[in-house]
Amino acid sequence: MNVLYFAWVRERIGLPRETIETSAPTPRALIEELRSKDPRYAAAFADLAALRVALDQELADFDAPLKGVKELAFFPPMTGG
Amino acid sequence: MQILLQEPSFDAGALLNAFTAGAGNIGAVVSFTGVVRDHPQTPLTAMEIEHYPGMTERALEEIAKSAAQRWSLGDVLVVHRFGRLTPGEQIMMVAAAAPHRRDAFDAADFLMDYLKSRAPFWKREITAQGPQWVQANPQDEDALARWSKD
Repeated sequence: MNVLYFAWVRERIGLPRETIETSAPTPRALIEELRSKDPRYAAAFADLAALRVALDQELADFDAPLKGVKELAFFPPMTGG
Repeated sequence: MQILLQEPSFDAGALLNAFTAGAGNIGAVVSFTGVVRDHPQTPLTAMEIEHYPGMTERALEEIAKSAAQRWSLGDVLVVHRFGRLTPGEQIMMVAAAAPHRRDAFDAADFLMDYLKSRAPFWKREITAQGPQWVQANPQDEDALARWSKD
């Protein structure tokens, strides 16, 4: 799965995107998996209230199913306009 | 429906005139233009706008479509820039053309509320003290709630 990071999430992780092989059923489970892997992820995902997730370019819930998803993105609340 | 996502500046007047001329049988056009605001205490060197290519276009289109479904509109225009901007530069613009002004005002207001917190843009302010990501305003999220009441 392609995983993309934007804004300060990208800065904390140090990458704009990466390919991750995972069997995590949900974004929440993937976050747990990544947190335990490296402190950079722990720093980026410290506060889920300050985090948003998109699955195949649609905003989604942290408990949405990842099955069949090709592109996942983590980012802070949006500041457009 | 016209959606423009671009790095270069735009001529709001020319866009608005062309939009109005092309909107057909209408009686009202409401437009809003967002401008990079300077800080009185810590002058802003620049504002950088990051976005999510692909999702941004989809989100802008979806937001414009929702407005068109909700109100009786002749046409909708959404323009949003990304990249490095300086104070006083125009960031974005929306316009709604409708037979009647109430629909045009409400649609423009709706477009702005959704662009603020449902389009994947992130602003970063650069000052002498360094770069700082702009925090989302909780009121922007509240502003969306009023559109789902009825």
